[in-house]
Amino acid sequence: MPQGYTRLGGTYVRNGLRPSPRWVTTFQVHSFEGQPDTVSRVRPEIALSVESAALRVAGSLSRLAGRGGGTTLPGKLLWKLDPGAIDALARRLPQGSVLVSATNGKTTTSAMLAEILRPSWRIAHNSSGANLVSGVASTLLHADGAELGLFEVDEAALPEVARRLRPRAVLLGNLFRDQLDRYGELETLAARWRDAVATLDGTQLVVNGDDPQVGDLARVHGGARVFGLDDPRRARPALQHAADSKYCLRCGTPYEYAAAYVGHLGDYRCPNCGHSRPPLDVAGKNIELQGLDGASFTLSAAEGETQVQLALPGLYNVYNAVGAAALALTLGVPIADVAAGLERFSAAFGRFERITIGERVLLMLLIKNPAGANEAVRTLVEGKAPRIAVIALNDEIADGRDVSWIWDVDFEPLVPGLDRLVATGSRAAELALRFAYGGLPRDRIEVVPSLGDALDRGLELTPTGGELTLLPTYTAMLALRKIVVDRGYAENYWESAA
Amino acid sequence: MKIRVGHLYPDYLNIYADRGNIAVLAERARARGHELDVRAIGMRDDVRRGETDLFYVGGGQDREQALVARDLTGKADALRESVEQGAAFLAVCGGYQLLGRYYKDVSGEELPGIGLLPLHTVAGQTRMIGDVLLDCGWAGRTLAGFENHAGRTILDGGAEPLGRVVAGFGNDGTSGYEGARYKRVYGTYLHGPLLPRNPWFADHLLAEALAHAGGSTELSALPDELEKQAHDVSAARARARGGRT
Repeated sequence: MPQGYTRLGGTYVRNGLRPSPRWVTTFQVHSFEGQPDTVSRVRPEIALSVESAALRVAGSLSRLAGRGGGTTLPGKLLWKLDPGAIDALARRLPQGSVLVSATNGKTTTSAMLAEILRPSWRIAHNSSGANLVSGVASTLLHADGAELGLFEVDEAALPEVARRLRPRAVLLGNLFRDQLDRYGELETLAARWRDAVATLDGTQLVVNGDDPQVGDLARVHGGARVFGLDDPRRARPALQHAADSKYCLRCGTPYEYAAAYVGHLGDYRCPNCGHSRPPLDVAGKNIELQGLDGASFTLSAAEGETQVQLALPGLYNVYNAVGAAALALTLGVPIADVAAGLERFSAAFGRFERITIGERVLLMLLIKNPAGANEAVRTLVEGKAPRIAVIALNDEIADGRDVSWIWDVDFEPLVPGLDRLVATGSRAAELALRFAYGGLPRDRIEVVPSLGDALDRGLELTPTGGELTLLPTYTAMLALRKIVVDRGYAENYWESAA
Repeated sequence: MKIRVGHLYPDYLNIYADRGNIAVLAERARARGHELDVRAIGMRDDVRRGETDLFYVGGGQDREQALVARDLTGKADALRESVEQGAAFLAVCGGYQLLGRYYKDVSGEELPGIGLLPLHTVAGQTRMIGDVLLDCGWAGRTLAGFENHAGRTILDGGAEPLGRVVAGFGNDGTSGYEGARYKRVYGTYLHGPLLPRNPWFADHLLAEALAHAGGSTELSALPDELEKQAHDVSAARARARGGRT
């Protein structure tokens, strides 16, 4: 995280700006600064429990004060005061920890896993998406009585979290270009993952074989379990415009795809040196996409085969489900229980949500990078392409300050069906330009930078009984959700996630 | 009139939404009754002299950039000749670096460029990232964009920058210059992409391409309210946030 920023309630705020939990700062300064190191050296267990209790209070106070979720504040304090305490807290979990990382789908995948694993174990899970070291620390602080830790982890934070938690199993889903201003280049991230994986002795590794960079990790770590999709009927005719990892890892020749499913994920082979997708241990087959209503597939593994009916739409959610299944099977969950857990699962916070607002329904799909946004667009168009859409583009750190990624998204399939686009967020005009140059007549585009006003305008344009499609970036999603919550239409996520 | 655009290595160098620049050129040409004929010039394709009015090359990640660098040296003579005969050229980010004499990476190894622009680039330890605002005195206009580069680009003495940095880093974070221009060749780190929020520059490139094609360079005004808003937000970001390394 850049200096001068604090991640609070799932969003980033500049230090000293709103929200300003002044009393917490005071609390931190007077009660802790300079003390805990000494204390924890003398009586580690006592120090840990005192720290834990005090820091939990900080989070509760933050929530009570209405300062946001308070989801990472205690963890941030702990991380600053005594980073080694995170390792100690993790070791208290009798069943160990499981990590999930990916550019796209880590929140949904870990939420699916929680649903699968909950009948077997008491779980500590960072379900609100606070996925940096501090978010993991906060969840650990609240993990009293939990048996198993389940953490989604930011791609860049994975090496640090893995080093501290020494997880029992790690699921690595995919690497797409995302927020180059924050993560740097894909190759750099992949190299850091490779180094981290190489040091994980005794950790069970589950990787998506359909991603060349991720699948290759199975070759640097013995006994990895490889998952992927196997249904050429669902392949895209060609790689999308913004596809990453198109060139052979070994020799640089463009891969040939027997099937490309989502972005560069698929069944690839290098025609020059033969580098190819590793054999799949767990596969999703016979995939049926049911518009916006759901998807079904056959889950196929050494443990057996079973049908799964998902309540979530889109091929990318089939990837999330198959990944979650592969990890759960690795933990020894029977395949029937895996399928049952996946079928119980409805949606992860803000990723794909339907919220009823009076006589209208809000359909919210998070967009945050080209690959994810392309899948949201494809899912919408394969369901019922929206006539009215509100699309929100913010440029905070958590969204990516560089908004050029919207020009890599294939928004064009939405254009023919759109009667009206309400462009909103701090970079609303840029988004409006994207659609104007994408072929949407300018008289169908409204620029309404205020998120609340844009939501109102969208609802006003939506007929009674109709559905309003809302595609926000991350901080816009948090803000819009807060607006909806404040109006009494949806739960606070830290309440629903508890 | 047909404006012939040669898009170099679109499969390799496309990291910062370079197709946004092409989409803007195409639409603004169409709105004036011209047609943009965009052809990809990929690995091992020949650059045929006199057949391109405007070249475009974008940016890529280091790996992609290294893959195309060697191929580009094979096209150097044809590109240089085209430029001397008046073809326009826009090179962004990695493509800009490749038009210089070389790019020296952190290990000290040199990736050859084609020397079309009088400059060279040396990799730095930190990336220069953020919104950036330029004052292009030669045009009496500003350019707003986003930069994200580890390379420090150093212009030869007497070389013309694309603009002076009002806010942000620019070529190397110290000289106060951003980009370079030579005849009708423009190199810059600005993406965002560059042209949607800087329509005057898109029109400038179209006019130069039309001049090469032998047509009238008059371009009617277009309603650019959205473009102006997007430019102003980006410029405000640059002024407020500056850059960071």
